[in-house]
Amino acid sequence: MEILMILVIGVLFTVATYMILTKSLLRVILGVVILSHGAHLLLLTMAGLNQGSPPLLGEDAASYADPLPQALILTAIVIGFGITAFMLVLAYQTYKVHKTDNFDELRGTEDD
Amino acid sequence: MSTLHFVALIPFIAAIFIPLVYHKFRHIHTGWFILPIPLVLFVYLISYLPTSDAPMATVKNSVPWVPSLDIHYTVFLDGLSLLFALLITGIGTLVVLYSIYYIANKKDEPLNNFYVYLLMFMGAMLGVVLSDNLIVIYVFWEVTSLSSSLLIGYWFHKEKSRYGAQKSLLITVTGGFAMLSGFTLLYVMTGTFSISEIIALGDVIVASPLFIPAMILILLGAFTKSAQFPFHIWLPDAMEAPTPVSAYLHSATMVKAGIYLVARLTPVFGGQAEWFWIITSFGLFTLLWGSISAVRQKDLKGILAFSTVSQLGLIMSLLGLGSAAFHYDVVDGQSVYTVAILAAVFHLVNHATFKGSLFMIVGIIDHETGTRDIRKLGGLMSIMPITFTISLIGIASMAGLPPFNGFLSKEMFFTGALNSTTIDVFNVQTLGFIFPIVAWVASVFTFVYCMIMLFRTFTGKHQPEKLEKEAHEAPMGLLISPIVLGSLVVVFGFFPNLLAYTIINPAMQAILPGLLEPGEQFYVNIYHWHGLNPELFMTMGVIFFGAFIFLNARKWQETAFYLKERDPLNTIYDNGLVGLIKGSTAVNDVQMTGRLRDYFSFMFVFLILIMGYMLWKTNAIAIDLANTAHISPYMYLISLSLVIATLAVPFVAKRISAIILVGVIGFLIALLFAVFRAPDLALTQLLVETVIVVLFLLVFYHLPELKKESFKPAFRISNFLISIGVGLVVTLTALSAHAFSHENPISPISDYFVENAYALAGGQNIVNVILVDFRGLDTLLEVLVLGIVGLGVVVLIKYKATKGEDI
Repeated sequence: MEILMILVIGVLFTVATYMILTKSLLRVILGVVILSHGAHLLLLTMAGLNQGSPPLLGEDAASYADPLPQALILTAIVIGFGITAFMLVLAYQTYKVHKTDNFDELRGTEDD
Repeated sequence: MSTLHFVALIPFIAAIFIPLVYHKFRHIHTGWFILPIPLVLFVYLISYLPTSDAPMATVKNSVPWVPSLDIHYTVFLDGLSLLFALLITGIGTLVVLYSIYYIANKKDEPLNNFYVYLLMFMGAMLGVVLSDNLIVIYVFWEVTSLSSSLLIGYWFHKEKSRYGAQKSLLITVTGGFAMLSGFTLLYVMTGTFSISEIIALGDVIVASPLFIPAMILILLGAFTKSAQFPFHIWLPDAMEAPTPVSAYLHSATMVKAGIYLVARLTPVFGGQAEWFWIITSFGLFTLLWGSISAVRQKDLKGILAFSTVSQLGLIMSLLGLGSAAFHYDVVDGQSVYTVAILAAVFHLVNHATFKGSLFMIVGIIDHETGTRDIRKLGGLMSIMPITFTISLIGIASMAGLPPFNGFLSKEMFFTGALNSTTIDVFNVQTLGFIFPIVAWVASVFTFVYCMIMLFRTFTGKHQPEKLEKEAHEAPMGLLISPIVLGSLVVVFGFFPNLLAYTIINPAMQAILPGLLEPGEQFYVNIYHWHGLNPELFMTMGVIFFGAFIFLNARKWQETAFYLKERDPLNTIYDNGLVGLIKGSTAVNDVQMTGRLRDYFSFMFVFLILIMGYMLWKTNAIAIDLANTAHISPYMYLISLSLVIATLAVPFVAKRISAIILVGVIGFLIALLFAVFRAPDLALTQLLVETVIVVLFLLVFYHLPELKKESFKPAFRISNFLISIGVGLVVTLTALSAHAFSHENPISPISDYFVENAYALAGGQNIVNVILVDFRGLDTLLEVLVLGIVGLGVVVLIKYKATKGEDI
């Protein structure tokens, strides 16, 4: 299972990188979103998959899945959400002011 | 902390109060408040001089500074330190007095800056000569470079001042950095930064393979500071500093820091052929180069600058020649080679007196006539009689004429150079005969520039129309300091033995330890008449040929040699500087393109390289197929959909499809979380994903349609390769980490949370307990981040750009 997941993660990272390297603002934002998905999944996979029951003490299980990576990922999801939201609004305003979302056209001039 | 510790610190402490005093007592010249500081220190240091019944005792007193790194503020006072400390405070007193009359207390004259820099320098220089710890010396050393540069640039509105300040800083700090490396190598060899302990471990250093590198690095520091060829080019440009500074830093004290370092480390490195050859040859060449260059100058300060370069070379070469003394037995407190060290120490003092007075005199001439150009000056003898008298004494001493102190040390220098021909170690036999010849030729040129200085300024026709001011004798205040120094030239000339056993002998013992039996002293007896010996004939030759060249000045002053006065080595420096700036601009242009894509590419490529290299280097790549969890059939379906959705994202042409595809990826991830026993994650992911998709859809309405990427093929391929590389490296790292964790099981730290979640926090959901209890502060800050983001979003949406404004 881990091997399969790792391959999926590899695909996520590859596509995310490709999107980030493009010129369109919207694509870059999508790339960042995919990249964070990849990172979350990587964290979870590294802790080992399908070991024990969910980390809820009420389950009364013999062993629990590692709760620490889950806590980390939870934080990361929320922060990632904040960043995505901010970037989206920034993109929106940028486009409203400059009428383009192409990075090459957004570059400042020498004396800026 | 002993009182001695404060000797170096008092000027720094005083410097803090200067700006306050300056503004509070605006009508009093700030210099008057400074004057007592060097004076008191000088008088205090005098008390350490040996008397007839109490020989010089070395003082060592340590205060830990950074003990874990073996850095201690250890004061160490022996003859050599005392000699320098007395020079620094003594000349310092005179220079401060002189500066009070030299720099007028005008409205736009930032006197507070001047005196803060000057005190900084004084403290740092005292720190250099009074410290035993190499790192402390280095720190103080760099502060002298810094304050010197600040003082050169004191009149910063002048282009030349800024040029000179930058040049001196670049050259001396580069040297200082080399020196620090050398000190570090010494530490590697001996395990200590203390000079006195390093001296005791001399054998270890000589035997070490790091001996030569350490020596060369340290000498780089000493040579740049003491303006030895080819690093001397900063000193003539340093003459843009106010003249009191030139007299103090750039002739009497700071430029002798390199001399001090060489003398201080002679017990460590001296006695080795490399040390002997490097120092002697660089010193002699500097002597020659400086004296020849001085002849070409038209600016009085320029002459003095190159003269200083040349005299520093002389002292340096004497220290080199004298290092041979370690190979010979000392009989009756002297050997033929200790004479060179004696001459070095004696000339150090003499140079400080006559050159200090000459700088002050040149300052006076500049001050009273408005120029220092010898082509405009002339006939000042009758107008400025006192100035002329002091000049005559100083110049005669510099030229090496009896009965002044310069004559005595020059004679000893000749003796040292002649003795070197009899040295039978270090292969000196082969080239040793050159030393006296170079010394003699350089002395001839020294004589010539001395004549030029004296006669072009004070004799000949007075040309009032070329001067900016009407020339007249200087006020008494300006004359006091040069008169004191000029008197010392005469006093030391007639009674050189005043210095002999009080300061020269202790200094020699510090430079050449271990040569004397306990209780013995170096034989220091300096006198004028040695009989008709070769040295006397050499001096007579110098006078004869020097006068000949000077009298034929009209002939050679037409040639390019005289007309081009700038040192040819400056071209290398200037072009080097331009090249450096061009080079860094070129590098910068490649790196800072202003394109987000390029910056991301750098990061990704670096990630690939560093992770790939480490994987390869540590041979970590491993795949472990055995220890994996079981795969349920539906997992293949989920994974496949995820992969297809992901791969499709770059190819879709419509915004809405891209957003929906990314939404699909998000929801599939949430599904995976649920499968992988992470209910909280699944829940959060679902919520967040929903909100994000809504947000995207809201914003996308305002965003333009996705265009086909208009990359050049090369970019397209490189983007593709970088993406594949990142994916591959991440996959390999993850696979290897997975295999590694099974080969080397490490028990996770999360057991603690599992065991204590209920007991300590009363919660059953361990993930929640970690977030809100165990790591509660982190979560609080996370909430803060979200709050800031929320504010940012609101502000951005409400923001209305006015014309010409940007986001």
